[in-house]
Amino acid sequence: MADLLARAVAPAVDFTRIGALWVRASMAYPVSFWLLAVSSFLITGLDFAGIVVILGNIDDLGGFGLHEIAFLYGASGLGIAFADLLVGRVERLGQMIRLGRLDVMMVKPVPLLVQVCADEFALRRLARVLQAGVVFGVGCWTVDWTLPRVGASVVMVVCSALIFFSLFVGLACVQFWTTDSAEVASAFTYGGNTVTSYPLSVFPSEVVKALTFVVPIAFVSWYPALFVLGRPDPFGLPSWLQHAAPVAAAVCLLAAGLAWRAGVRHYRSTGS
Amino acid sequence: MTEPLVEARDLRRTFTVRTRGEGRREVVAVRDVSFAVHPGEMVGYIGPNGAGKSTTVKMLTGILVPTSGHLRVAGLEPSRHRRRLAQRIGVVFGQRTSLWWDLPLRDSFALLQKVYRTDPARHSANLDRFTELLDLGRLLDTPVRQLSLGQRMRGDIAAALLHDPDVLYLDEPTIGLDVVSKGRLREFLRTLNAERGVTLMLTTHDLQDIEAVCDRVVVIDHGTIVHDGSLEDLRTRGGSTRTLVVDLVDEAPPVDVPGATTTRVEGPRQWLSFPADASAAPVVAAVAAAYDVADLSLQEPDIEQVIRELYAGR
Repeated sequence: MADLLARAVAPAVDFTRIGALWVRASMAYPVSFWLLAVSSFLITGLDFAGIVVILGNIDDLGGFGLHEIAFLYGASGLGIAFADLLVGRVERLGQMIRLGRLDVMMVKPVPLLVQVCADEFALRRLARVLQAGVVFGVGCWTVDWTLPRVGASVVMVVCSALIFFSLFVGLACVQFWTTDSAEVASAFTYGGNTVTSYPLSVFPSEVVKALTFVVPIAFVSWYPALFVLGRPDPFGLPSWLQHAAPVAAAVCLLAAGLAWRAGVRHYRSTGS
Repeated sequence: MTEPLVEARDLRRTFTVRTRGEGRREVVAVRDVSFAVHPGEMVGYIGPNGAGKSTTVKMLTGILVPTSGHLRVAGLEPSRHRRRLAQRIGVVFGQRTSLWWDLPLRDSFALLQKVYRTDPARHSANLDRFTELLDLGRLLDTPVRQLSLGQRMRGDIAAALLHDPDVLYLDEPTIGLDVVSKGRLREFLRTLNAERGVTLMLTTHDLQDIEAVCDRVVVIDHGTIVHDGSLEDLRTRGGSTRTLVVDLVDEAPPVDVPGATTTRVEGPRQWLSFPADASAAPVVAAVAAAYDVADLSLQEPDIEQVIRELYAGR
Protein backbone atom coordinates (compact mmCIF):
# COMPACT_ATOMS: atom_id res chain seq x y z
CA MET A 1 0.00 0.00 0.00
CA ALA A 2 2.72 2.45 1.02
CA ASP A 3 4.67 1.32 -2.01
CA LEU A 4 1.69 1.98 -4.27
CA LEU A 5 1.31 5.45 -2.81
CA ALA A 6 5.02 6.14 -3.23
CA ARG A 7 4.76 5.18 -6.89
CA ALA A 8 1.69 7.33 -7.41
CA VAL A 9 3.33 10.48 -6.05
CA ALA A 10 6.75 9.74 -7.57
CA PRO A 11 6.20 11.96 -10.64
CA ALA A 12 5.25 14.91 -8.43
CA VAL A 13 8.24 14.29 -6.17
CA ASP A 14 10.55 14.12 -9.19
CA PHE A 15 9.03 17.29 -10.62
CA THR A 16 9.76 19.10 -7.35
CA ARG A 17 13.32 17.78 -7.20
CA ILE A 18 14.13 18.71 -10.79
CA GLY A 19 12.38 22.07 -10.43
CA ALA A 20 14.28 22.86 -7.23
CA LEU A 21 17.57 22.10 -8.94
CA TRP A 22 16.71 24.51 -11.76
CA VAL A 23 15.86 27.22 -9.25
CA ARG A 24 19.23 26.65 -7.59
CA ALA A 25 20.94 26.68 -10.97
CA SER A 26 19.36 30.05 -11.77
CA MET A 27 20.88 31.39 -8.53
CA ALA A 28 24.26 30.92 -10.18
CA TYR A 29 23.58 34.26 -11.84
CA PRO A 30 22.16 36.29 -8.94
CA VAL A 31 21.92 39.60 -10.80
CA SER A 32 20.03 38.01 -13.64
CA PHE A 33 17.85 36.11 -11.19
CA TRP A 34 16.75 39.24 -9.34
CA LEU A 35 16.34 41.34 -12.49
CA LEU A 36 14.07 38.70 -14.00
CA ALA A 37 12.11 38.34 -10.76
CA VAL A 38 11.59 42.09 -10.41
CA SER A 39 10.73 42.59 -14.07
CA SER A 40 8.24 39.76 -14.09
CA PHE A 41 6.49 41.21 -11.01
CA LEU A 42 6.53 44.63 -12.69
CA ILE A 43 4.98 43.28 -15.89
CA THR A 44 2.19 41.46 -14.08
CA GLY A 45 1.74 44.52 -11.85
CA LEU A 46 1.30 46.78 -14.89
CA ASP A 47 -1.07 44.22 -16.35
CA PHE A 48 -3.05 44.49 -13.15
CA ALA A 49 -3.06 48.31 -13.28
CA GLY A 50 -4.45 48.02 -16.80
CA ILE A 51 -7.40 45.96 -15.58
CA VAL A 52 -8.09 48.37 -12.75
CA VAL A 53 -8.21 51.26 -15.24
CA ILE A 54 -10.55 49.40 -17.59
CA LEU A 55 -12.85 48.20 -14.85
CA GLY A 56 -12.83 51.61 -13.19
CA ASN A 57 -14.15 53.24 -16.36
CA ILE A 58 -16.98 50.89 -17.11
CA ASP A 59 -19.80 49.93 -14.82
CA ASP A 60 -21.06 47.27 -17.04
CA LEU A 61 -19.76 44.88 -19.73
CA GLY A 62 -22.21 42.53 -21.39
CA GLY A 63 -24.54 43.04 -18.45
CA PHE A 64 -21.91 42.18 -15.82
CA GLY A 65 -20.64 44.54 -13.15
CA LEU A 66 -17.09 45.28 -12.02
CA HIS A 67 -16.81 42.66 -9.29
CA GLU A 68 -18.38 40.03 -11.48
CA ILE A 69 -15.88 40.73 -14.25
CA ALA A 70 -13.06 40.51 -11.69
CA PHE A 71 -14.44 37.12 -10.65
CA LEU A 72 -14.35 35.85 -14.26
CA TYR A 73 -10.94 37.39 -14.87
CA GLY A 74 -9.53 35.89 -11.68
CA ALA A 75 -10.93 32.42 -12.35
CA SER A 76 -9.47 32.25 -15.84
CA GLY A 77 -6.25 33.95 -14.72
CA LEU A 78 -5.67 31.60 -11.79
CA GLY A 79 -6.24 28.62 -14.06
CA ILE A 80 -3.74 29.67 -16.69
CA ALA A 81 -1.24 30.89 -14.08
CA PHE A 82 -1.22 27.52 -12.28
CA ALA A 83 -1.05 25.64 -15.57
CA ASP A 84 1.76 27.88 -16.81
CA LEU A 85 3.68 27.45 -13.55
CA LEU A 86 3.53 23.67 -13.80
CA VAL A 87 3.49 22.83 -17.51
CA GLY A 88 4.15 26.08 -19.36
CA ARG A 89 7.58 24.83 -20.44
CA VAL A 90 5.98 22.28 -22.71
CA GLU A 91 5.71 25.15 -25.21
CA ARG A 92 9.46 24.78 -25.74
CA LEU A 93 9.14 21.16 -26.84
CA GLY A 94 10.25 21.94 -30.40
CA GLN A 95 13.43 23.54 -29.14
CA MET A 96 14.16 20.56 -26.90
CA ILE A 97 13.70 18.29 -29.91
CA ARG A 98 16.02 20.38 -32.09
CA LEU A 99 18.77 20.53 -29.47
CA GLY A 100 18.52 16.79 -28.81
CA ARG A 101 17.65 17.40 -25.17
CA LEU A 102 14.50 15.34 -25.50
CA ASP A 103 16.65 12.31 -26.35
CA VAL A 104 18.58 12.76 -23.11
CA MET A 105 15.31 12.97 -21.17
CA MET A 106 13.91 9.87 -22.84
CA VAL A 107 16.59 7.62 -21.38
CA LYS A 108 15.86 8.74 -17.80
CA PRO A 109 13.42 6.83 -15.56
CA VAL A 110 11.20 9.89 -14.97
CA PRO A 111 8.03 10.36 -17.08
CA LEU A 112 8.96 12.41 -20.12
CA LEU A 113 6.20 14.98 -19.60
CA VAL A 114 7.39 15.59 -16.03
CA GLN A 115 10.92 16.23 -17.25
CA VAL A 116 9.80 18.49 -20.08
CA CYS A 117 7.59 20.55 -17.77
CA ALA A 118 10.17 20.81 -14.98
CA ASP A 119 12.82 21.94 -17.43
CA GLU A 120 14.21 25.38 -16.52
CA PHE A 121 11.54 25.73 -13.85
CA ALA A 122 11.40 29.31 -12.58
CA LEU A 123 9.67 30.57 -9.46
CA ARG A 124 9.04 33.97 -11.02
CA ARG A 125 6.04 32.43 -12.78
CA LEU A 126 4.41 32.58 -9.35
CA ALA A 127 3.94 36.31 -10.00
CA ARG A 128 1.04 35.58 -12.32
CA VAL A 129 -0.62 33.33 -9.76
CA LEU A 130 -0.35 36.12 -7.21
CA GLN A 131 -1.77 38.73 -9.54
CA ALA A 132 -4.69 36.57 -10.64
CA GLY A 133 -5.31 35.66 -7.00
CA VAL A 134 -5.66 39.32 -6.03
CA VAL A 135 -8.13 39.98 -8.86
CA PHE A 136 -10.07 36.85 -7.92
CA GLY A 137 -10.19 38.10 -4.33
CA VAL A 138 -11.73 41.37 -5.53
CA GLY A 139 -14.28 39.38 -7.51
CA CYS A 140 -15.18 37.25 -4.49
CA TRP A 141 -15.93 40.32 -2.39
CA THR A 142 -19.55 40.79 -3.42
CA VAL A 143 -20.53 37.16 -4.00
CA ASP A 144 -23.46 36.03 -1.91
CA TRP A 145 -21.66 33.02 -0.46
CA THR A 146 -23.35 29.72 0.27
CA LEU A 147 -21.70 26.36 0.82
CA PRO A 148 -22.47 25.03 -2.71
CA ARG A 149 -21.08 28.25 -4.17
CA VAL A 150 -17.83 27.91 -2.22
CA GLY A 151 -17.50 24.33 -3.42
CA ALA A 152 -18.30 25.32 -7.00
CA SER A 153 -15.64 28.05 -6.88
CA VAL A 154 -12.95 25.65 -5.72
CA VAL A 155 -13.94 23.12 -8.41
CA MET A 156 -13.96 25.95 -10.96
CA VAL A 157 -10.37 27.01 -10.26
CA VAL A 158 -9.12 23.40 -10.26
CA CYS A 159 -10.90 22.62 -13.55
CA SER A 160 -9.73 25.89 -15.04
CA ALA A 161 -6.12 24.90 -14.30
CA LEU A 162 -6.69 21.39 -15.68
CA ILE A 163 -8.28 22.67 -18.90
CA PHE A 164 -5.42 25.10 -19.54
CA PHE A 165 -2.97 22.34 -18.56
CA SER A 166 -4.53 20.11 -21.25
CA LEU A 167 -4.44 22.88 -23.83
CA PHE A 168 -0.76 23.54 -23.16
CA VAL A 169 0.17 19.87 -23.41
CA GLY A 170 -2.21 18.81 -26.17
CA LEU A 171 -1.30 21.67 -28.48
CA ALA A 172 2.42 21.36 -27.79
CA CYS A 173 2.20 17.84 -29.22
CA VAL A 174 1.83 19.43 -32.67
CA GLN A 175 5.56 20.11 -32.34
CA PHE A 176 6.31 16.38 -32.45
CA TRP A 177 5.22 16.62 -36.08
CA THR A 178 6.24 20.15 -37.00
CA THR A 179 9.16 20.73 -34.57
CA ASP A 180 7.98 24.34 -34.60
CA SER A 181 4.83 26.44 -34.67
CA ALA A 182 4.64 27.00 -30.91
CA GLU A 183 2.54 30.07 -31.76
CA VAL A 184 -0.45 27.98 -32.83
CA ALA A 185 -0.75 26.79 -29.24
CA SER A 186 -0.48 30.32 -27.84
CA ALA A 187 -3.55 31.34 -29.85
CA PHE A 188 -5.59 28.86 -27.85
CA THR A 189 -3.93 29.11 -24.44
CA TYR A 190 -3.24 32.83 -24.01
CA GLY A 191 -5.96 33.71 -26.53
CA GLY A 192 -8.40 31.51 -24.64
CA ASN A 193 -7.40 33.19 -21.40
CA THR A 194 -8.13 36.63 -22.87
CA VAL A 195 -11.55 35.56 -24.14
CA THR A 196 -12.60 33.89 -20.89
CA SER A 197 -11.44 36.83 -18.76
CA TYR A 198 -14.59 38.74 -19.73
CA PRO A 199 -18.28 37.88 -19.84
CA LEU A 200 -19.01 35.72 -22.87
CA SER A 201 -22.31 37.56 -23.22
CA VAL A 202 -20.46 40.10 -25.37
CA PHE A 203 -20.08 37.42 -28.09
CA PRO A 204 -22.65 36.04 -30.55
CA SER A 205 -24.16 32.75 -29.41
CA GLU A 206 -22.37 30.76 -32.17
CA VAL A 207 -19.02 31.75 -30.69
CA VAL A 208 -20.15 30.74 -27.20
CA LYS A 209 -21.35 27.37 -28.50
CA ALA A 210 -17.97 26.80 -30.16
CA LEU A 211 -16.23 27.67 -26.88
CA THR A 212 -18.51 25.19 -25.12
CA PHE A 213 -18.52 22.18 -27.40
CA VAL A 214 -15.45 22.52 -29.67
CA VAL A 215 -12.70 24.03 -27.54
CA PRO A 216 -14.40 23.94 -24.14
CA ILE A 217 -12.69 26.92 -22.56
CA ALA A 218 -16.03 28.46 -21.59
CA PHE A 219 -15.81 26.08 -18.62
CA VAL A 220 -12.68 27.70 -17.15
CA SER A 221 -14.75 30.64 -15.86
CA TRP A 222 -18.03 31.39 -17.60
CA TYR A 223 -20.35 28.49 -16.75
CA PRO A 224 -19.27 27.88 -13.14
CA ALA A 225 -19.28 31.64 -12.55
CA LEU A 226 -22.91 31.90 -13.75
CA PHE A 227 -23.80 29.48 -10.94
CA VAL A 228 -21.68 31.15 -8.27
CA LEU A 229 -22.92 34.63 -9.20
CA GLY A 230 -26.51 33.38 -9.39
CA ARG A 231 -26.97 34.51 -12.97
CA PRO A 232 -29.28 32.94 -15.54
CA ASP A 233 -27.55 31.92 -18.76
CA PRO A 234 -27.96 34.89 -21.17
CA PHE A 235 -28.06 32.46 -24.11
CA GLY A 236 -30.67 30.24 -22.46
CA LEU A 237 -28.37 27.19 -22.57
CA PRO A 238 -29.21 24.36 -20.11
CA SER A 239 -28.19 25.04 -16.52
CA TRP A 240 -26.43 21.66 -16.08
CA LEU A 241 -23.62 23.14 -18.15
CA GLN A 242 -22.82 25.26 -15.10
CA HIS A 243 -21.75 22.09 -13.27
CA ALA A 244 -20.13 20.36 -16.22
CA ALA A 245 -16.61 21.83 -15.82
CA PRO A 246 -15.20 18.55 -14.35
CA VAL A 247 -16.53 16.67 -17.39
CA ALA A 248 -14.96 19.21 -19.76
CA ALA A 249 -11.67 19.01 -17.82
CA ALA A 250 -11.71 15.19 -17.95
CA VAL A 251 -12.35 15.19 -21.71
CA CYS A 252 -9.53 17.72 -22.25
CA LEU A 253 -7.10 15.72 -20.09
CA LEU A 254 -7.92 12.53 -21.95
CA ALA A 255 -7.47 14.18 -25.34
CA ALA A 256 -4.16 15.75 -24.25
CA GLY A 257 -2.95 12.41 -22.88
CA LEU A 258 -3.74 10.62 -26.13
CA ALA A 259 -2.09 13.36 -28.19
CA TRP A 260 1.04 13.14 -26.02
CA ARG A 261 1.24 9.36 -26.40
CA ALA A 262 0.76 9.58 -30.15
CA GLY A 263 3.39 12.32 -30.33
CA VAL A 264 5.99 10.34 -28.39
CA ARG A 265 5.40 7.29 -30.56
CA HIS A 266 5.70 9.40 -33.68
CA TYR A 267 8.84 11.14 -32.43
CA ARG A 268 11.67 10.88 -34.94
CA SER A 269 14.52 12.54 -33.10
CA THR A 270 17.13 14.64 -34.88
CA GLY A 271 20.03 13.78 -37.17
CA SER A 272 22.55 12.35 -34.77
CA MET B 1 25.63 -19.64 -23.95
CA THR B 2 23.83 -17.13 -21.74
CA GLU B 3 20.70 -15.31 -22.80
CA PRO B 4 21.50 -12.35 -25.03
CA LEU B 5 21.16 -8.97 -23.35
CA VAL B 6 20.35 -7.23 -26.61
CA GLU B 7 18.51 -9.08 -29.33
CA ALA B 8 17.51 -7.54 -32.64
CA ARG B 9 15.83 -9.47 -35.41
CA ASP B 10 14.97 -7.94 -38.79
CA LEU B 11 14.95 -4.54 -37.19
CA ARG B 12 13.83 -1.86 -39.60
CA ARG B 13 13.18 1.84 -39.38
CA THR B 14 11.95 4.02 -42.18
CA PHE B 15 11.42 7.75 -42.27
CA THR B 16 9.09 9.69 -44.50
CA VAL B 17 10.87 12.66 -45.99
CA ARG B 18 9.32 15.42 -47.96
CA THR B 19 11.52 16.81 -50.66
CA ARG B 20 10.67 19.69 -52.88
CA GLY B 21 9.55 18.49 -56.28
CA GLU B 22 9.52 14.80 -55.51
CA GLY B 23 6.92 14.98 -52.77
CA ARG B 24 6.90 12.30 -50.06
CA ARG B 25 9.49 9.60 -50.10
CA GLU B 26 10.25 6.66 -47.81
CA VAL B 27 13.84 6.41 -46.67
CA VAL B 28 15.03 3.21 -45.02
CA ALA B 29 17.48 4.22 -42.30
CA VAL B 30 17.93 0.73 -40.85
CA ARG B 31 17.17 -2.22 -43.09
CA ASP B 32 16.31 -5.54 -41.46
CA VAL B 33 19.26 -5.60 -39.08
CA SER B 34 19.79 -8.66 -36.86
CA PHE B 35 22.35 -9.12 -34.09
CA ALA B 36 22.64 -10.28 -30.50
CA VAL B 37 24.88 -8.95 -27.75
CA HIS B 38 25.66 -11.16 -24.76
CA PRO B 39 26.39 -9.96 -21.23
CA GLY B 40 29.93 -8.67 -20.85
CA GLU B 41 30.61 -8.12 -24.55
CA MET B 42 32.25 -4.96 -25.78
CA VAL B 43 30.85 -4.12 -29.18
CA GLY B 44 31.93 -1.36 -31.52
CA TYR B 45 29.32 -0.12 -33.93
CA ILE B 46 30.82 1.72 -36.85
CA GLY B 47 29.73 3.08 -40.18
CA PRO B 48 29.89 6.25 -42.26
CA ASN B 49 27.67 9.24 -41.50
CA GLY B 50 24.04 8.45 -42.18
CA ALA B 51 24.64 4.69 -42.16
CA GLY B 52 22.03 4.08 -39.47
CA LYS B 53 24.21 3.87 -36.35
CA SER B 54 22.39 6.51 -34.35
CA THR B 55 19.00 5.28 -35.52
CA THR B 56 19.87 1.79 -34.25
CA VAL B 57 21.07 3.08 -30.88
CA LYS B 58 17.94 5.22 -30.54
CA MET B 59 15.78 2.16 -31.11
CA LEU B 60 17.82 0.15 -28.59
CA THR B 61 17.29 2.84 -25.96
CA GLY B 62 13.57 3.24 -26.67
CA ILE B 63 13.83 6.75 -28.11
CA LEU B 64 12.62 5.68 -31.54
CA VAL B 65 9.88 3.16 -32.23
CA PRO B 66 11.01 0.55 -34.80
CA THR B 67 8.96 0.39 -37.99
CA SER B 68 9.12 -3.40 -37.89
CA GLY B 69 11.13 -6.26 -36.46
CA HIS B 70 11.77 -7.79 -33.07
CA LEU B 71 13.80 -6.05 -30.39
CA ARG B 72 14.52 -6.95 -26.77
CA VAL B 73 16.96 -5.31 -24.40
CA ALA B 74 17.32 -6.83 -20.92
CA GLY B 75 14.11 -8.72 -21.65
CA LEU B 76 12.14 -5.54 -22.32
CA GLU B 77 10.70 -4.02 -25.47
CA PRO B 78 12.51 -0.66 -25.44
CA SER B 79 9.92 1.77 -26.84
CA ARG B 80 7.07 0.20 -24.85
CA HIS B 81 8.92 -0.06 -21.52
CA ARG B 82 11.18 2.92 -21.94
CA ARG B 83 11.22 4.02 -18.32
CA ARG B 84 11.75 0.53 -16.90
CA LEU B 85 14.53 0.03 -19.41
CA ALA B 86 16.12 3.31 -18.31
CA GLN B 87 16.88 1.68 -14.96
CA ARG B 88 18.86 -1.05 -16.71
CA ILE B 89 20.86 0.98 -19.22
CA GLY B 90 23.23 3.91 -19.22
CA VAL B 91 23.46 6.23 -22.21
CA VAL B 92 26.13 8.79 -23.03
CA PHE B 93 25.60 11.06 -26.01
CA GLY B 94 29.00 12.45 -26.90
CA GLN B 95 27.78 15.84 -28.01
CA ARG B 96 25.09 16.39 -25.39
CA THR B 97 25.33 16.51 -21.67
CA SER B 98 22.79 15.37 -19.14
CA LEU B 99 24.53 17.36 -16.41
CA TRP B 100 23.34 20.65 -14.93
CA TRP B 101 25.41 23.30 -16.66
CA ASP B 102 25.44 25.82 -13.83
CA LEU B 103 25.73 23.49 -10.87
CA PRO B 104 28.63 21.48 -9.47
CA LEU B 105 28.96 17.92 -10.74
CA ARG B 106 28.07 16.70 -7.26
CA ASP B 107 24.54 18.18 -7.50
CA SER B 108 23.75 16.41 -10.77
CA PHE B 109 24.92 13.12 -9.26
CA ALA B 110 22.78 13.68 -6.15
CA LEU B 111 19.68 14.23 -8.29
CA LEU B 112 20.39 11.05 -10.25
CA GLN B 113 20.45 9.03 -7.02
CA LYS B 114 16.98 10.40 -6.24
CA VAL B 115 15.32 9.92 -9.62
CA TYR B 116 16.79 6.46 -10.21
CA ARG B 117 16.00 5.63 -6.58
CA THR B 118 19.39 3.98 -6.26
CA ASP B 119 20.15 2.53 -2.85
CA PRO B 120 22.07 5.37 -1.10
CA ALA B 121 24.87 3.11 0.10
CA ARG B 122 25.26 1.62 -3.36
CA HIS B 123 25.23 5.09 -4.90
CA SER B 124 27.95 6.44 -2.67
CA ALA B 125 30.10 3.31 -3.16
CA ASN B 126 29.75 3.74 -6.93
CA LEU B 127 30.45 7.43 -6.72
CA ASP B 128 33.64 6.79 -4.73
CA ARG B 129 34.84 4.17 -7.18
CA PHE B 130 34.11 6.23 -10.31
CA THR B 131 35.58 9.34 -8.72
CA GLU B 132 38.78 7.38 -8.28
CA LEU B 133 38.79 5.69 -11.68
CA LEU B 134 37.81 8.80 -13.63
CA ASP B 135 39.87 11.14 -11.47
CA LEU B 136 36.87 13.34 -10.66
CA GLY B 137 37.95 14.27 -7.13
CA ARG B 138 38.83 17.89 -7.74
CA LEU B 139 35.98 18.35 -10.20
CA LEU B 140 33.03 17.38 -8.00
CA ASP B 141 32.57 20.89 -6.68
CA THR B 142 33.19 22.68 -9.96
CA PRO B 143 30.22 23.97 -11.99
CA VAL B 144 29.90 21.87 -15.13
CA ARG B 145 30.22 24.89 -17.42
CA GLN B 146 33.80 25.37 -16.17
CA LEU B 147 34.88 21.82 -17.03
CA SER B 148 36.90 21.00 -20.13
CA LEU B 149 35.31 18.76 -22.73
CA GLY B 150 37.28 15.75 -21.49
CA GLN B 151 36.36 16.43 -17.87
CA ARG B 152 32.72 16.90 -18.76
CA MET B 153 32.71 13.64 -20.71
CA ARG B 154 34.11 11.82 -17.67
CA GLY B 155 31.36 13.40 -15.57
CA ASP B 156 28.70 12.29 -18.06
CA ILE B 157 30.04 8.75 -18.09
CA ALA B 158 29.99 8.56 -14.29
CA ALA B 159 26.42 9.95 -14.37
CA ALA B 160 25.37 7.17 -16.75
CA LEU B 161 26.83 4.48 -14.49
CA LEU B 162 25.81 5.44 -10.95
CA HIS B 163 22.62 3.34 -11.06
CA ASP B 164 24.52 0.15 -11.98
CA PRO B 165 23.24 -0.36 -15.53
CA ASP B 166 23.73 -3.69 -17.31
CA VAL B 167 24.51 -2.03 -20.62
CA LEU B 168 26.31 1.21 -21.36
CA TYR B 169 25.74 2.84 -24.75
CA LEU B 170 28.27 5.41 -25.77
CA ASP B 171 27.58 7.53 -28.82
CA GLU B 172 30.86 9.00 -30.10
CA PRO B 173 32.42 9.14 -26.62
CA THR B 174 35.85 10.35 -27.75
CA ILE B 175 34.76 12.94 -30.29
CA GLY B 176 36.71 16.15 -29.82
CA LEU B 177 38.94 14.77 -27.05
CA ASP B 178 42.73 15.07 -27.05
CA VAL B 179 44.98 12.03 -27.28
CA VAL B 180 45.60 11.77 -23.53
CA SER B 181 41.91 12.06 -22.65
CA LYS B 182 41.00 9.48 -25.28
CA GLY B 183 43.55 7.07 -23.86
CA ARG B 184 42.29 7.46 -20.31
CA LEU B 185 38.72 7.01 -21.36
CA ARG B 186 39.48 3.78 -23.22
CA GLU B 187 41.43 2.52 -20.23
CA PHE B 188 38.46 3.28 -17.99
CA LEU B 189 36.04 1.42 -20.25
CA ARG B 190 38.23 -1.68 -20.17
CA THR B 191 38.46 -1.52 -16.38
CA LEU B 192 34.71 -1.05 -16.12
CA ASN B 193 34.08 -4.13 -18.20
CA ALA B 194 36.63 -6.24 -16.36
CA GLU B 195 35.57 -5.14 -12.88
CA ARG B 196 31.80 -5.06 -13.21
CA GLY B 197 31.03 -7.01 -16.36
CA VAL B 198 29.16 -4.04 -17.83
CA THR B 199 28.24 -4.68 -21.46
CA LEU B 200 29.49 -1.92 -23.72
CA MET B 201 28.16 -0.76 -27.02
CA LEU B 202 29.86 2.18 -28.61
CA THR B 203 29.43 3.99 -31.87
CA THR B 204 32.47 5.79 -33.10
CA HIS B 205 34.34 7.12 -36.07
CA ASP B 206 37.65 6.52 -34.36
CA LEU B 207 38.93 3.04 -35.14
CA GLN B 208 41.44 3.32 -32.33
CA ASP B 209 38.50 3.29 -29.91
CA ILE B 210 37.53 -0.03 -31.38
CA GLU B 211 41.06 -1.42 -31.35
CA ALA B 212 41.63 -0.38 -27.76
CA VAL B 213 38.26 -1.35 -26.30
CA CYS B 214 36.13 -3.68 -28.39
CA ASP B 215 36.39 -7.39 -28.90
CA ARG B 216 33.73 -7.31 -31.57
CA VAL B 217 32.94 -4.89 -34.32
CA VAL B 218 29.72 -4.44 -36.25
CA VAL B 219 29.98 -2.41 -39.44
CA ILE B 220 26.81 -0.89 -40.82
CA ASP B 221 26.42 0.84 -44.15
CA HIS B 222 23.26 2.04 -45.89
CA GLY B 223 21.27 0.58 -43.01
CA THR B 224 22.63 -2.94 -43.47
CA ILE B 225 25.20 -4.85 -41.44
CA VAL B 226 28.19 -5.54 -43.69
CA HIS B 227 30.43 -7.08 -41.04
CA ASP B 228 29.90 -8.62 -37.62
CA GLY B 229 32.89 -10.25 -35.96
CA SER B 230 36.28 -9.64 -34.44
CA LEU B 231 38.63 -6.91 -35.57
CA GLU B 232 40.98 -9.67 -36.85
CA ASP B 233 38.19 -11.03 -39.07
CA LEU B 234 37.70 -7.56 -40.43
CA ARG B 235 41.39 -7.30 -41.25
CA THR B 236 41.48 -10.55 -43.17
CA ARG B 237 38.37 -9.75 -45.14
CA GLY B 238 38.31 -8.88 -48.81
CA GLY B 239 41.76 -10.35 -49.61
CA SER B 240 43.52 -7.96 -47.32
CA THR B 241 47.26 -8.29 -47.11
CA ARG B 242 50.03 -7.55 -44.69
CA THR B 243 53.17 -5.84 -45.85
CA LEU B 244 56.78 -6.59 -44.99
CA VAL B 245 59.03 -3.58 -45.48
CA VAL B 246 62.61 -4.68 -46.15
CA ASP B 247 65.64 -2.37 -46.00
CA LEU B 248 68.49 -4.07 -47.90
CA VAL B 249 72.10 -3.12 -47.43
CA ASP B 250 72.42 -2.44 -51.16
CA GLU B 251 69.98 -1.67 -53.91
CA ALA B 252 68.79 -4.82 -55.60
CA PRO B 253 66.26 -6.01 -58.20
CA PRO B 254 62.82 -6.92 -56.75
CA VAL B 255 63.13 -9.56 -54.05
CA ASP B 256 61.83 -12.95 -55.08
CA VAL B 257 60.80 -15.25 -52.21
CA PRO B 258 58.00 -17.87 -52.04
CA GLY B 259 54.72 -16.78 -50.49
CA ALA B 260 55.13 -13.07 -51.09
CA THR B 261 55.13 -10.61 -53.96
CA THR B 262 57.13 -7.42 -54.20
CA THR B 263 54.80 -4.52 -54.77
CA ARG B 264 57.16 -1.59 -54.64
CA VAL B 265 60.90 -0.83 -54.83
CA GLU B 266 62.48 2.44 -53.76
CA GLY B 267 66.28 2.36 -53.66
CA PRO B 268 67.33 -0.23 -51.08
CA ARG B 269 63.81 -0.33 -49.57
CA GLN B 270 61.27 -2.88 -50.85
CA TRP B 271 57.65 -3.64 -49.97
CA LEU B 272 56.59 -7.30 -49.98
CA SER B 273 52.94 -8.18 -49.52
CA PHE B 274 51.55 -11.51 -48.40
CA PRO B 275 48.07 -12.73 -47.29
CA ALA B 276 46.94 -11.35 -43.93
CA ASP B 277 46.09 -14.80 -42.60
CA ALA B 278 49.58 -16.23 -43.38
CA SER B 279 52.46 -16.19 -40.93
CA ALA B 280 55.18 -13.62 -41.49
CA ALA B 281 57.93 -15.92 -40.18
CA PRO B 282 58.68 -17.98 -43.36
CA VAL B 283 58.72 -14.82 -45.49
CA VAL B 284 61.12 -13.11 -43.11
CA ALA B 285 63.31 -16.22 -42.96
CA ALA B 286 63.43 -16.54 -46.75
CA VAL B 287 64.36 -12.88 -47.22
CA ALA B 288 67.03 -12.99 -44.50
CA ALA B 289 68.53 -16.16 -45.99
CA ALA B 290 68.82 -14.82 -49.53
CA TYR B 291 69.69 -11.13 -48.98
CA ASP B 292 71.76 -8.84 -46.80
CA VAL B 293 69.08 -7.21 -44.71
CA ALA B 294 69.68 -3.98 -42.79
CA ASP B 295 66.23 -3.70 -41.25
CA LEU B 296 62.72 -5.20 -41.36
CA SER B 297 59.30 -3.97 -40.36
CA LEU B 298 55.83 -5.42 -40.61
CA GLN B 299 52.73 -3.38 -41.50
CA GLU B 300 49.32 -4.66 -40.45
CA PRO B 301 46.59 -4.17 -43.04
CA ASP B 302 45.21 -0.67 -42.89
CA ILE B 303 41.83 -1.16 -41.24
CA GLU B 304 40.53 2.10 -42.60
CA GLN B 305 41.33 0.82 -46.06
CA VAL B 306 39.46 -2.41 -45.34
CA ILE B 307 36.43 -0.49 -44.19
CA ARG B 308 36.57 1.81 -47.20
CA GLU B 309 36.53 -1.29 -49.36
CA LEU B 310 33.58 -2.65 -47.39
CA TYR B 311 31.62 0.56 -47.89
CA ALA B 312 32.55 0.71 -51.57
CA GLY B 313 31.64 -2.95 -52.03
CA ARG B 314 27.98 -2.20 -51.70
